[in-house]
Amino acid sequence: MPGQSVGVVTSHRAHFDQPLHLRSGSVLPAYDLVYETYGTLNAAKSNAILVCHALSGHHHVAGHYADAPDNIGWWDNIVGPGRPLDTDRYFIVGLNNLGGCHGSTGPSSINPATGKRWGADFPIVAVSDWVEAQARLADLLGIDAWAAVIGGSLGGMQALRWTISQPERVRNAIVIASAPKLTAQNIAFNDVARQAILTDPDFHGGHYYEHNTRPTRGLRLARMLGHITYLSDDQMGEKFGRELRNGSFSFDYDVEFEVESYLRYQGDKFAGYFDANTYLLMTKALDYFDPARLDGGDLTKAMARSKPNTGFLIASFTTDWRFSPARSKEIVAALLANNRNVSYAEIDLNFGHDSFLMDDAHYHGVVDAYLRNIKL
Amino acid sequence: MTHTLGRPDFDIISAWIEPGHRVLDLGCGDGTLLKHLIDTRGVHGVGVDVDDANILAAIKNGINVLQGNLEKGLDEFTDQSFDHVVLSRTLQTVRHTEGILREMLRVGREAVVSFPNFAYWKNLRSVLDGRMPVSEDLPYQWYDSPNVRFFTLLDFEALCAQMGLIIRERHVLDEGGNMVDKDDERELNFLGSLAVYRLTRSR
Repeated sequence: MPGQSVGVVTSHRAHFDQPLHLRSGSVLPAYDLVYETYGTLNAAKSNAILVCHALSGHHHVAGHYADAPDNIGWWDNIVGPGRPLDTDRYFIVGLNNLGGCHGSTGPSSINPATGKRWGADFPIVAVSDWVEAQARLADLLGIDAWAAVIGGSLGGMQALRWTISQPERVRNAIVIASAPKLTAQNIAFNDVARQAILTDPDFHGGHYYEHNTRPTRGLRLARMLGHITYLSDDQMGEKFGRELRNGSFSFDYDVEFEVESYLRYQGDKFAGYFDANTYLLMTKALDYFDPARLDGGDLTKAMARSKPNTGFLIASFTTDWRFSPARSKEIVAALLANNRNVSYAEIDLNFGHDSFLMDDAHYHGVVDAYLRNIKL
Repeated sequence: MTHTLGRPDFDIISAWIEPGHRVLDLGCGDGTLLKHLIDTRGVHGVGVDVDDANILAAIKNGINVLQGNLEKGLDEFTDQSFDHVVLSRTLQTVRHTEGILREMLRVGREAVVSFPNFAYWKNLRSVLDGRMPVSEDLPYQWYDSPNVRFFTLLDFEALCAQMGLIIRERHVLDEGGNMVDKDDERELNFLGSLAVYRLTRSR
């Protein structure tokens, strides 16, 4: 990839005292959001891009920390001077969403009302709640309207939601490997993941912090399942095939096939740092997302709320079966029916749903070309 | 004769499109025609192309472009949502000829179609000499051609009649992009290298 990394970055914390009325009816009286910014906000404040994260993402989008050079942001390959999210031109903002486990207020934070961790008492937040919280962060940073809101997967849902909930405040939405709502199959995968966590004996109804334990077995299984659905069959075949770690069958239930070893490693790694309650909450936000619901399921009607001059770039990946190109095309069709400015790229990459995180010249070229045409 | 965009059919197509119209360009390439129409006529344009490089080039050109395969129809577009649906030098690459023509007039009020005429005398002479034609308007070798349908002006017009499509206007050009004007249909079919049509449904 041409261009450079943004280099050393620091994260910030903002405290919000204005109560947030959530989609569920609950109210969060106060909360913190952690965020990072890269590049410089111009005088007109017209060059800000919001990066929305997916299920397991956070505010550390790009660069690395001075005291942790190996802790590189999750989308570092697309952000930096000369990269598509060009920090010489744009002011990039990434945050950890409410309910997250990377510093923003979430289930593992202390509930001021009880002095204990929220745990299962933390209210379930919806994508529209995240957009509201992100809008307050924009207020704090002095950003009236984003030049673009961009995200992949669940992040793409937030970008789409912005154009409906805050149409005046988003000039472009870049929605990658996403969908206007989950299918039954997709919800089913999420529920198996949740069941793995909820039935773990260490879950303790979500209050595992008080028992000084964590439902790592459940979280590990949830991640292993999720991980399979983020990859393509071909890619797994190419990467692992039927390779055996020790060259021959051992006729027991230990790790034998390379793919088992890989999945267990991924599961263990994830369960080591991620919070199970956050995982539950994020999958619920995915399941509930359906901006057309209040319009009787009519996405065209829902997208009519977007501003006529908002631009859309929708991208999907040919091998993504969890958020297939057909789902992105539903968004495209609803935008076309509203005469919105929309471009759509169906990118031929072999990494399934995870393609959106990959460093591919054509994929990044498309995002780069779109962003370079935005007038600041 | 010089042409604004290096493509004589683009000049003809442009002249047919009125300011502010909604234009869908199927097989839009890098978006040259749409960009021209947007800049000079203030149209609302959308392009469709299947090729990665063209999608990238069209986005660079600031065009609304959708990646898609014309063989699969135009499902994402609603009925009569465009004033013009353009298919320039692309019909001969599409296998489902009737399907795409029907789709164009479902989605648009008017279809604009240009294609190379296989009956152009130089093409015929080439075949008589024993070789498949390679020309300005048929610029490919037989083994690397994207063209899958080879047809003539008269073939196309017979299909239009069969499908009940009305030919509103027709321009026939020679290899140099000059207008060919003959009363005799067979003569026109012989002298034209490229043809541009405006089609509507019968009403």
